[in-house]
Amino acid sequence: MNTKTTNILVVGIGGQGVMTATEILAEAAISLGHDVKKTEVAGMAQRGGVVSSHLRFGAKVLSPQISPGEADLIVGFEAAETLRWIHYLRPGGLVLMNTARLVPPVVSGGLYDYPEDPVAEIRAQGIEVYAFDAMAIALELGDVRLGNTVMLGAIADHLPFPADVLLDSILRRFRTRKPEMVDVNASAFASGRAAVVHSEQTPQRHGAGCEAVLT
Amino acid sequence: MAATPAAATQATAASSRALLSGNEAISRAVWESGVAVAAGYPGTPATEMLETLATFPDLYVEWSVNEKVSLEVAIGASMAGSRSFCAMKHVGMNVASDALMTLTLTGANGGLVIAVADDVGLSSSQNEQDSRYWGRFAHLPVFEPSDSQEAYQMAKAAYLLSEEYQVPVLLRLTTRICHVKGMVNIGERVPHEAAGFAKNARRWVMVPGHAKERLPLMFEREQTLRSVSEESPFNFVTEGSDSRIGFVASGPVWMHVRETFPDAPLFKLGFSCPVPLEKIRAFAATVDRLLVVEETEPLVEMELKAAGIACLGKDVLPKIGELAPEILRPAVARLFGETLPEPALKPAKVFPRPPTMCVACPHLGVYYTLAQLKNVTVAGDIGCYTLGAGHPWNALDSTISMGASMGVALGLDKGRGASDRDRKIVAVIGDSTFMHMGMQGLLDITYNRGNVTVLLLDNRTVGMTGGQDNPASGRDIHGLGSPRVDFAKLCEALGVAPERIRKVDPYQLPVLFKALREETKIPGPSVIITDRPCVLIDDYESLKPYTVISDKCTGCGNCVDIGCPAIHVNRREKVVKPSGKEVELQFVDIETAACTGCGLCLQPCAPDAIVAAVPVHTINFVKKL
Ligand SMILES: Cc1ncc(C[n+]2csc(CCOP(=O)(O)OP(=O)(O)O)c2C)c(N)n1
Repeated sequence: MNTKTTNILVVGIGGQGVMTATEILAEAAISLGHDVKKTEVAGMAQRGGVVSSHLRFGAKVLSPQISPGEADLIVGFEAAETLRWIHYLRPGGLVLMNTARLVPPVVSGGLYDYPEDPVAEIRAQGIEVYAFDAMAIALELGDVRLGNTVMLGAIADHLPFPADVLLDSILRRFRTRKPEMVDVNASAFASGRAAVVHSEQTPQRHGAGCEAVLT
Repeated sequence: MAATPAAATQATAASSRALLSGNEAISRAVWESGVAVAAGYPGTPATEMLETLATFPDLYVEWSVNEKVSLEVAIGASMAGSRSFCAMKHVGMNVASDALMTLTLTGANGGLVIAVADDVGLSSSQNEQDSRYWGRFAHLPVFEPSDSQEAYQMAKAAYLLSEEYQVPVLLRLTTRICHVKGMVNIGERVPHEAAGFAKNARRWVMVPGHAKERLPLMFEREQTLRSVSEESPFNFVTEGSDSRIGFVASGPVWMHVRETFPDAPLFKLGFSCPVPLEKIRAFAATVDRLLVVEETEPLVEMELKAAGIACLGKDVLPKIGELAPEILRPAVARLFGETLPEPALKPAKVFPRPPTMCVACPHLGVYYTLAQLKNVTVAGDIGCYTLGAGHPWNALDSTISMGASMGVALGLDKGRGASDRDRKIVAVIGDSTFMHMGMQGLLDITYNRGNVTVLLLDNRTVGMTGGQDNPASGRDIHGLGSPRVDFAKLCEALGVAPERIRKVDPYQLPVLFKALREETKIPGPSVIITDRPCVLIDDYESLKPYTVISDKCTGCGNCVDIGCPAIHVNRREKVVKPSGKEVELQFVDIETAACTGCGLCLQPCAPDAIVAAVPVHTINFVKKL
């Protein structure tokens, strides 16, 4: 096993399932025998506040916190939120993000502006970004709650372990809690994967993200 | 954050490894230690300890009405010879401290462990305070875990220590322990037989004569514990090759230091009170400079200095917030006159995303109404309704501590100057906060003939901390039925005239407005109780959603003032009114998928542009925003 610790930062807003997604990623890492630490700051998450969840895994993990400039991968559940945390990315790191824009009352009330094009703003800094509309994909599948699994599918080919390991830990959850949801989540996962493969916004360069620290 | 009822935390899994938060790990250890009674009051980041314990069999678990009561319950159980546990957030100990400061004289019979969780970094609290002081103030031992595994081990060790020295033990946690998940080796529950209560007035009845006898014992115990701390395996050194600087660290920062300075010698302070001075003195002799890394106050630093051990501390590091690796690295670099390279990426400028009230929250109408009232001061309290101080209502003028709205309102009334003669004083308080510490304040208002209108927002739950049950929900911690408090009767018993107590539906804006205007005009105390459930609990029923007929919307913006997050402004337009005044029109739509049809927004809509909609999709997660 590689001794380097992998750092994944998952960000979004309260209620989007950021913490659950990170939990599932953690379970996948554990199933491969990694030591894992997971932390979040989500004081008022339930009230629509900012949520950032840090996942670190490897042979032995000490501090649970990812420092700015150290994330191998940023998974953004919301466009502006991804931009908010972008300085946590390490040089050469990868961003996978949902393009959904969730506008808070302070913006719709006219106190602040929503960034015009968060994806472009991130790319302008020379960062590799995969952007896709996870909410639209979930709605196409008939249930917006599948957005979480779509997101996990989308990142599945950019993790330091095979996509199937992640799929397994998703389906394991549903098998015990909601068996009737297994199949639909499997297709949501597949759609997420496909969305990134076929994304028009596919970065030019490959081999970024966690792959660099994997092998 | 709700506790995960994952298989790992259930009683069935044993002798295995599980991914647990610090809170879950402690609960597991408490249960395995054979604890019979666990009590607490919700409060971030401590809440999940009791929530997790409630999923285990064979022990009594309760939500108490406040932290002081919860500690007293734990004391009683300990007197009976059972092992007991009590958990609270940092400010909870302020409330419980009256009991704590005398408990230290009686000591414990059955093992008694108190977990206190400090919100270092203020993710969701009204202040930042360092609970390690309680160890010094009350002369009690303090353990500080650095991750979930250690939290588990320390909780178990705390029961052994507690019984061996008949002493209550404080487990000092921070948000970065409570809410961080890590791998934990868990075991099995070992039942603990209650020794039984032994009548002994000199031990348990703390009158001056008896307390005088116990005081020297307390100081003797502290002396003994100092030598136990010197020998404790929770205090140890990790060697390092670079002895230019050595660190003393406790709690989560011990992990940060190890990660950030892997070559530096490091003293781990786990049994942190009484401080193992001699062990640290020996360590200090092996390094050129010693830096104490502690969250948040310079407590250990001062004790080392007082003992003649030279060290650095808060002259190098902040006294505020978390000491994360990104804080430590530059601070230590500066010490050596080094500068670190500039980070590659700068933080982007993005709007703030302050917490909002939920779609259809019954508090929305209350703040909309308060914002309409003129010449009123609103003494606020702690709960979801504290958000009423923010945009767009700006209708809350103070928040101090739980229940403070009552006393503060009375003080605003009694202390009013000539310029405030006609000012109306309103106090706003939630059901849980009222039962926690507000009832006494209301009694003070009636007893002293205060001119205060109390808005008691009964949403039948502890909303802010995630919807725990309480006497207003009529359910216990397991969700089982228990007597539901009758607030109207309670307020009457506290001395409010029955005709000055009203129950109001907070979704009926005109009724609410009329009640508030009338009650604030008449002198003397009055109570207006709102009686709709929190939208996040099962008692809440969603109704058919609404939508906006765009052609009819005149942009008056009245509905925007409700502050419901389902209402979005889609267009703004500046116009000059016939009076010559320039106004900004706000044209809106409603996020139908999020709307639960509370009907608040249609009430101020002048052109009747808001109508029932046919639902498209139910977006579950957006509803929660
Ligand atoms: C002494 C103390 N204990 C616990 C807390 C954590 N806390 C914050 S608000 C709150 C209660 C909120 O419930 P309620 O008053 O019913 O209002 P709601 O949030 O439901 O509107 C609690 C327990 C605290 N701030 N202070």
